Amino acid sequence: MTKRLPVQKTYKLFIGGAFPRSESGRTYVAEGANVARASRKDLRDAVRIARQAGGGWSGMTAYNRGQVLYRIAEMMETRQAELAALCSGADEVAGAIDRMVWYAGWSDKLAQVIGSANPVAGPYFNFTVPEPTGVTGILAPEPALLGLVSRLAPVIVGGNTAVLIASESHPLVAIELAECLATADVPAGVVNILTGLRRELAPVLASHMDVSALDLTGADDDAAELEKLGAENVKRIVRGRADAQSPYDIAAFLELKTVWHPIGM
Amino acid sequence: MTKDKRELARRQDKAPIATAWDYAPAPEARDIVKIQERYGLFIGGKFVEPESGERYTTIDPAREEPLAEVAQAGKADVDRAVRAARDAFANGWSALRPSERAKYLFRIARLLQERAREFAVLESINGGKPIRESRDVDIPLAAAHFFYYAGWADKLEYAFPNRKPRPIGVAGQIIPWNFPLLMLAWKIAPALAAGNTVVLKPAETTPLTALLFCDVLRQAELPPGVVNIITGDGRTGAELVSHPDVNKIAFTGSTEVGKAIQRTLAGTGKRLTLELGGKAANIIFDDAPLDQAVEGIVNGIYFNQGHVCCAGSRLLVEESIYETVIAKLKRRMATLRVGDPLDKNTDVGAINSKQQLDKIGALVQAGIDEGAEIYQPPCKLPERGYWFVPTVFTNVAQSYRIAQEEIFGPVLSVLTFRTPDEAIEKANNTPYGLSAGVWTEKGSRILAMAQRLRAGVVWANTYNRFDPASPFGGYKESGFGREGGRHGLEPYVVLDDA
Amino acid sequence: MATAPVLPGGFELPLEPRLPRLGSVDAVALEERAASLATRSIKREAKLFALDLAIRVMDLTTLEGADTPGKVAALSSKGIRPDPSDPNIPSVAAICVYPNLVPFAVERTKGTNVKVASVATAFPSGQSSLEVKLLETREVVEAGAHEVDMVIDRGAFLSGRYAQVYDEIVRVKEVCAGRAHLKVILETGELGTYDNVRRASLLAIAGGADFIKTSTGKLPSSATLPVQLCMLEVIRDVHEETGRVVGMKAAGGIRQSKQAVQYLVQVYETLGLAWLTPDRYRLGASTLLNDVLMQIRKERTGRYQNPDYFTVD
Repeated sequence: MTKRLPVQKTYKLFIGGAFPRSESGRTYVAEGANVARASRKDLRDAVRIARQAGGGWSGMTAYNRGQVLYRIAEMMETRQAELAALCSGADEVAGAIDRMVWYAGWSDKLAQVIGSANPVAGPYFNFTVPEPTGVTGILAPEPALLGLVSRLAPVIVGGNTAVLIASESHPLVAIELAECLATADVPAGVVNILTGLRRELAPVLASHMDVSALDLTGADDDAAELEKLGAENVKRIVRGRADAQSPYDIAAFLELKTVWHPIGM
Repeated sequence: MTKDKRELARRQDKAPIATAWDYAPAPEARDIVKIQERYGLFIGGKFVEPESGERYTTIDPAREEPLAEVAQAGKADVDRAVRAARDAFANGWSALRPSERAKYLFRIARLLQERAREFAVLESINGGKPIRESRDVDIPLAAAHFFYYAGWADKLEYAFPNRKPRPIGVAGQIIPWNFPLLMLAWKIAPALAAGNTVVLKPAETTPLTALLFCDVLRQAELPPGVVNIITGDGRTGAELVSHPDVNKIAFTGSTEVGKAIQRTLAGTGKRLTLELGGKAANIIFDDAPLDQAVEGIVNGIYFNQGHVCCAGSRLLVEESIYETVIAKLKRRMATLRVGDPLDKNTDVGAINSKQQLDKIGALVQAGIDEGAEIYQPPCKLPERGYWFVPTVFTNVAQSYRIAQEEIFGPVLSVLTFRTPDEAIEKANNTPYGLSAGVWTEKGSRILAMAQRLRAGVVWANTYNRFDPASPFGGYKESGFGREGGRHGLEPYVVLDDA
Repeated sequence: MATAPVLPGGFELPLEPRLPRLGSVDAVALEERAASLATRSIKREAKLFALDLAIRVMDLTTLEGADTPGKVAALSSKGIRPDPSDPNIPSVAAICVYPNLVPFAVERTKGTNVKVASVATAFPSGQSSLEVKLLETREVVEAGAHEVDMVIDRGAFLSGRYAQVYDEIVRVKEVCAGRAHLKVILETGELGTYDNVRRASLLAIAGGADFIKTSTGKLPSSATLPVQLCMLEVIRDVHEETGRVVGMKAAGGIRQSKQAVQYLVQVYETLGLAWLTPDRYRLGASTLLNDVLMQIRKERTGRYQNPDYFTVD
């Protein structure tokens, strides 16, 4: 009896809902696989596509966005084994799925918890509502799956789109997750995942003038330099915790808009 | 007819037809304010001589006359102030019962109300703004800000569900010259309410109300070192930003300096909030209440000589009403009274500094050179002092510098649009995102516009309104963080898990 | 229905479908502008100018059930020569009385520049038939009134019968034409919104009003600064678009000099100097005059005054 030869997966990038190879044609080896090594141009394309996807994603009803996030959790649930094989195991996967469900429920509560009606001293109705910042660059922290989900979910639940650079040493689970996203009704371009060399990609992401916010939770000793680059267009820069789960992590990627209108007959 | 009646008739016929109604000067008295010849630095609860030994002269921009010598704080002075703030933080203030902290802030609010006239006059003398505005806007709002945040001091846990808020430590605060005391209040009130201590640097050209505020702190018996006020130019600010023992920086000013501060703080883990420049669109639809919209346009750009980061400096008018709006605007501009800031009838006061006057002049010249059409109402300006006639540019293209750059003066650029989409596109087509205005009678359109304008504050059928309960701050390169409201506390607390 | 006189473009008949689109007013911004203008500090010569003007544009008014020929005669004398001790004090613009008292006012003011104004058209409610209103107007004009202060039919206006309101104004105007000036009282306190004030102002102007006037003075809520501003803006719009000059009369509740100065400042800064004449602006008041006289004497002498030095007529 001959042993069946397994079909191996080619790990590619996830940009605009598709799985392209790097336009540079390069790969690097991680976790025993040839992984796409995204170029500056791949990153540029991802940011452009994320920007384009922003209007549709933030324009969806909060109820719909919540359902999309929940759908991601559903897709992750069906791929527990695959995800577990690429991270620390079943516990991490379970944690990541539960976290995604937790954030899914926040979409239509944010405005109530973070927003406000403001009693100004005059004949005006005045209210404050949260709105997404825009394209958010994320350097995914370890652990490769739970860290990634912990930083990605709060970004997208508020209506932002993301360009995420996966863990350089553990990129495979990120691409496995991308396959969940691709089948979970997430509109193309809302989440874009790049694999490759951090030192090549991170400065390009941090200095990109059309990236509005940066999550540097996964940054190492390059954080100061990246923050400096981010100042050029006054990016909102967050260094959170890899295991965080809170609405404050969502709020970190939201703008607050205050609207005034007179009250008169 | 009696002789008496004939005489009356004769006189009535000769009743002079008025050729002018010149309002007599109505100056607010200056003598309510005592300006000292020289001021030290307010550190640790008392005025001290600057170790730098440097001083400069602060002036009255309406008269170009020196008012006082103030200290230029150097590196050692900044360090002394930060140490005083640290001591005060560690030795009492942060551990004080929140309800006691609240009472200090209430005291400050009340003292500002009691001494409002004094502060208003001094603000107008040192900054050039009309007394009507410092009296009716700046000072009352500053007092209201302290009153508002006083109430938060012992209720912080209600502002941050499921978290235990605690103060950050020493806050370094740098404020601009356009609303000197009000910006001080925006900075100091939430910082103290949350239990922080403060080193504040007022703007180089407008230090005097901040220095007078030190006397309010004395009257309020605020513990020494909780608030330290150090004067100086940008060098002082840079020292404060880079001081290693400052935990948080709050800056209001130009986008250029804001970016430099953000770079300086990169990697330090220090907290930062920035309130930077703007180039707001004020959008007028054809169904707007036009006369009120014109008031909104005027208030949007000529309030405080246009020295307002959220000024409605780009007017976007629907083409179908363009001519009507411009005619109404020009007629209204002709009634603006430019001159002595201390005159109670002055609408537009002095430009804050020679430097700013030159900047405005250069940008206006650029507008003329680029081909925009300039209108300035006839206007007699005082001979001395820094003045700029309220100006409107029509025939402006989106690409002109006057439509792109923040002028920070009484200069309005008018553009037109044909559809709401075009209005949105033009309004958002700027790196800034501080504020916007929209004028229309249609409720659904107001909400749609408000939703799509990328700006932190949207004024619908009004403009340039401020309130301590209302969060203020920008999108994009207009900065991050909010001042005012519950949201204005967040920059001054660390949120521990409950 | 009569044809309309000169109308701003877009204001042509039929009025009903057009009126709601004749521009709107934001109440809060209007009130803020009015409040802001009211903070003008008018001093010394500028104040004397305003006080003198306040007298020259005053419609000295008595509209009481208790009015008698004697009362009207006394008031007329006061209006002709408000301060017998000071020859520099001008006469008022007009004496404003009820229809049956017009002859007494006419008699007493004969030979002076003081005009006689009569209220008409079932003042103050306007609740009477058109025939009665026209008859009353004809009577006062024939009795020698120079000016007719009519009221609009607010019931008709508020129920949307704009044509009826318009038609009445046109018919009253026909009676006045060439003989008396027509002031149309909107009774703004009953109109509910500034949008309605604007609408009624346009309707009155379209109907031929020489002046539009705020109130009868018979309601607790009479002239206010924002209401006048709203009406001045209509006058300005009509003037800008057609060149037609319409006068403004504020009436009711103006009792203090300080208020009078605020009303005048508002006219000055909204319509300019050209409107600061009795031909274009009037203040309707019954008790304002003595306060103005006291203030003038205070400005001249520096002493605060005692009302007993000023005649009560």
